[in-house]
This record gives sequence, C-alpha cells and structure tokens, in this order.
Amino acid sequence: MKQDHSDLHTLAAAYALNALDPAERQAFGDHLPQCQACREEVAEFEATAARLADAAAQNPPPMMKQHVMAAVDGVRQLPPRVPGTTQPAGAGRALRRRAVPLALAASVVAAASFAGLAAWQNRQSEQFQERALQAERRLDDVSAVLAAPDARTAHGRAGNGALTTVVASERQNRAVFTAAGLPAPAAGMTYQLWLDHDGTMSPAGFIHRDGTVLLDGNTADAGAVGLTLEPAGGSPRPTTAPLLLMALPT
Amino acid sequence: MDTPPPAGRPRPPIPLVTAVTAAAAVTAAHAPAAGARPVNQPLPFGPGRTGRASHAGRSDLAEVMAEVAHGDKQAFSLLYDALAPLVFGIVIRVVRDRSQSEEVAQEVMIDLWRQAARYRSDAGSVTAWAATIAHRRAVDRVRSAQASADREQAQAAREHQTAFDEVSEQVETRLESEQVRRCMRGLTELQRQAVSLAYYRGLTYREVAEALRTPLPTIKTRMRDGLIRLRDCMGVTT
Repeated sequence: MKQDHSDLHTLAAAYALNALDPAERQAFGDHLPQCQACREEVAEFEATAARLADAAAQNPPPMMKQHVMAAVDGVRQLPPRVPGTTQPAGAGRALRRRAVPLALAASVVAAASFAGLAAWQNRQSEQFQERALQAERRLDDVSAVLAAPDARTAHGRAGNGALTTVVASERQNRAVFTAAGLPAPAAGMTYQLWLDHDGTMSPAGFIHRDGTVLLDGNTADAGAVGLTLEPAGGSPRPTTAPLLLMALPT
Repeated sequence: MDTPPPAGRPRPPIPLVTAVTAAAAVTAAHAPAAGARPVNQPLPFGPGRTGRASHAGRSDLAEVMAEVAHGDKQAFSLLYDALAPLVFGIVIRVVRDRSQSEEVAQEVMIDLWRQAARYRSDAGSVTAWAATIAHRRAVDRVRSAQASADREQAQAAREHQTAFDEVSEQVETRLESEQVRRCMRGLTELQRQAVSLAYYRGLTYREVAEALRTPLPTIKTRMRDGLIRLRDCMGVTT
C-alpha cells in the first residue's frame, strides 16, 4: 500500500499533462482527495501547462464566437459543488443535497398547520375558507417538489441582497423558489418571478415577501429563474433589469 | 533575462522577428526580473487579442467568472474573448485537424459556461482551469479516434506525423511566448521532448516512451522533473 502511494505521487506530472492511461488516471484521481501534497503539485503543474497552452494561443475563426454565444442560450449551467465535498463518498453529498429541501419542508409543514388553523378559525367565512384551502393546496404543491426524490437545490443572491434558493424536480417539471432578506418593494411595485426559456422570459408568479412559492409553469425546458421588480399586477415580460438570474439546478 | 528592445533597434530581416520582439516586450514588461511573479494587470478585453491570458489580471478574470456563474451572458462574452485563443490554440495543437479543432474548442467554451459555478479560485487561476478542460477534451478527442475501428491505421498515421514534426519543426520554436521558449531551452533534450509530446501532441507517457525509444520509468521521471524545471523557470504559483 505504501509502495503504491509513493508510486502514485510521481504521477502528478503525467496526470496534469493528461498523459496517463485511463486506469492510472482513475487510480490517481481516487488518491487525490487524500493527498494534499498531490493536489498542490497537480495545481502547480496545471498552471505550468496553462502557460504552455497560452504560448500556443491562436485566434479561432470569428464565426466561432457567434456559434458559442448562440449555443449557450440553450445550455443549463451546473450548480456549484457543495464546498468541502472532497470526500469521495457520494452519500455525504446526497445527504447534504437533501438537507436543504428537508429543512424547507419542515418550515412548510409548520406553515401548513397554520393554514389548517386558519381554516378552522374561519369556518364561518366561506371566503376565508376558500383562501385557506388555496393556501393549503399551494403548500401541498410546494411540499411535493421539496419531497421529490430527485429534488435538486441551487442557491443565489439577488442584486438587492436577498438570499434565494431554488429547488427543482425534473421528474415533476416543477420548481419552488425561496427568498430570505427580501426588502419590501417600493409602493406600487411587486416582485415577479420568471422562467428563462432560451432567453425568452415567461411569467412564473410573484413573491411578495420572504418565503417559499411554487413557480408557475413547466420547468422542463427552462434554463434559469429570474426575479424582477414590476409594477403591481405584474408584467407580461420583464420591464426592469433582473435582480437575479440563476440557473435551475440539474 | 530579456529586456525590452531599445526604441529604434534595427530588426534582423527574419519574418518571424516582428512578432517575437513584440512577445518579448510583453513578457519583459510583465516579468521584469527572473523569477518575479507576473504583476496583476487589467485584462485587455479587446477583439482579436491572442493569448497572454495567464499574464492578465487573475482577479479580474475570476470576477468575470463569478458573473458568468450567475448566468451573465455579457460576462461570458468577455470570458470568451479572454480565453478562446488559448483554448483554440491548445486544441488545434493536439487535434491538428482544423474543422475538428473548431468543434472541440466550441464544446470547451460551452463547457466553461456550463461548469462556471464549479470553478473555484482557491484551486487555481481561471486560465489554468480553462486550459485543463481544453487539453483534456482535445486529448479525449484524439484518443477516442484512436480507439475507433481504424485504430491501428490512425496510430500509424500519428506516429508518422510525430516523427515528421520532430524532424521538420522543433515544436517549441513556433511558440509565441518568449518566456516559455526560453524556459523550454533550459530543459534537457529528453525532458523537453517528453513534456512537448505529452502536452502538445496529446500522447500518453507510454506512447512517449515508445516514440522516444526510452524506458517507461525514465520518461515518467523526465516528464516530472521537466515540468518542475518549467514551473520554477516561469515562476508559476497557484
């Protein structure tokens, strides 16, 4: 085992130059998370290799930029890796990924019981009861996404400082949006949510204050979630600069 | 160490020299003393710029990268301008076929967009990140072609090509950067060949050993100490 490792250490250069056979590459890649010195060495060698690449730089054909810029419109960005997940186990990552939806689910359950209470207290008023039922249905929808086995989470920060989370289920083609620290909008304005379909924004509902809402619309071919301030009542398409445009988690 | 050419210095009548002198001046301006770290410079985002990304302000590019990670297309356009020459340059070195190289370079640029949120500045510069992805893709392309039905034929063609290259054009003489060329000159013949064949031709170290008719452990060692010498010569830090 010791012998193995000291042998692996010498492979950092060949690894950084992509000169290893697939099996060796795999072995060295598996070794990396446990070897701080190897990671540092690989990083230095990769930076050295980048100088070699830079020295060979040449302009690509001008058309390439148009192709790339057009192509990325339809390409969903990957969510960041959760920091500190250098441990190889997939289980830790899966747990961490689940942690947020579960925490959100807990707060939603609390909210749901308030909704139930509201329904009971306002039994006399059909109007209130209807509203409470709507709230409950919305909460059910939100919970369904949060509890989906394929729920994925992404975090963002809006231009106004609000912390945002999107949880999406690809199987359900639905996503929920959570905001914390959302400043009250100016009088006559409201926060409107959007789904980005290849650069075209379609309205996806509103969020009036901190909390969690289900995004209106199918997220199947949406790449990102947007947030803008719009005149009360909302707009058919964004009329102000987006406060937030974050990729849907995949 | 290279010093900037004095104004009005007569230029020898070699066609390449104009470009070389310009590159040397750029390098010298950024690295005035041997081993000095390149000073962070504002990134010259201009159309038609070639290379020099590793000398550009690393923090600037990291900031652009953060915007890209949030889905900012304008930032991505800047990132493209800064990195596309480096990406295309290394891809075409390895893949060689121009139309395939364009295809691979496009894939790499799209991948940079896709993976933007996974870039971590504490693990290295944006340039190093992009170069690593680009080189990996280029090598994958070459090796999957190699693994296809006409494997042997492709291999024979490639070996022939490699031999031809080594004889007719010393790989590194065409390098743009004076610093890289100078540091390459500081390597032993075997170190230089091992690093060049692996990086610029995309050979595995087994293939390098075969091409140079040198035992495998020797190639492994030369590749490593060659890269260490380059790293130290260029003053590379992460």
